[in-house]
Amino acid sequence: MDQTIPEVIRTIPLQYYVFFATALFAIGVLGVLTRRNAIIIFMCVELMLNAVNILLAAFSAYRADPNGQVFVFFIMAVAAAEVAVGLGIIVMIYRNVQNTDVNLLDRLKW
Amino acid sequence: MGTSLFYFLAFVALISALGVVFAKNPIHSVLFLILTFFAISGHYLLLNAQFLAAVNIIVYAGAIMVLFLFVIMFLNLNTDTEPHKPALAKVTAAVAGGLLLLVLIAALRNVTPVGADAATFDSQIGMVNRLGLVLYQQYLLPFELASVLFLVAMVGAVMLGKREEGERNF
Repeated sequence: MDQTIPEVIRTIPLQYYVFFATALFAIGVLGVLTRRNAIIIFMCVELMLNAVNILLAAFSAYRADPNGQVFVFFIMAVAAAEVAVGLGIIVMIYRNVQNTDVNLLDRLKW
Repeated sequence: MGTSLFYFLAFVALISALGVVFAKNPIHSVLFLILTFFAISGHYLLLNAQFLAAVNIIVYAGAIMVLFLFVIMFLNLNTDTEPHKPALAKVTAAVAGGLLLLVLIAALRNVTPVGADAATFDSQIGMVNRLGLVLYQQYLLPFELASVLFLVAMVGAVMLGKREEGERNF
């Protein structure tokens, strides 16, 4: 068991990671709200997932608790499955309306 | 060294994340997102989480982004054909996103999470062998369930992608 604390964990407060992850998450939200291309919106969702991953990994590393990192691994596995199905849906939408613009898909709106 | 590397990687990650949102060409968005993932992997390395850094590169930058790139090229979206939202909607979205950031920062500003505890600290928890032991002992059932999830996702993707009778195709 190696107890020497790495330099980053000694010098960077855990709060900075919280702020960094928050900023990354907000950028993802901004992308989801401003863009109309379904694929870009999907990529911004991935960005938000990664913000959460960083937070989990940082807390896990600071507290020396491996459970957080296992959770990050499962989030990545679920994200991979989600991307496969999501891109399948986007390809099917493109086949039907020849576009990936989310504003064209408003039949369920009200 | 590590401290300045943290600021550099955070800067690269945030700038390229903004690039994902503001790039006109979807291909550029994908490339910016890959850059973001590499910066995030750098963060994992700084946190001594080697396993996560490797998995992040392999799964995200390697598999997921290739899938995105493949779909964009497959659908021929690699030019800026996206109609833009009206300026009012964009400003509203930016204000909403900014307010979310503001509220989160304000709520977390005075939080002081407990940092590393020198007595119980262990810098080796992120190594492949240590994490593998946790994964295959404590988390064996969720790990096997993840494989079922992948099977379901694979069958779902194939079913979604199948050509149906009477459907309009390319």
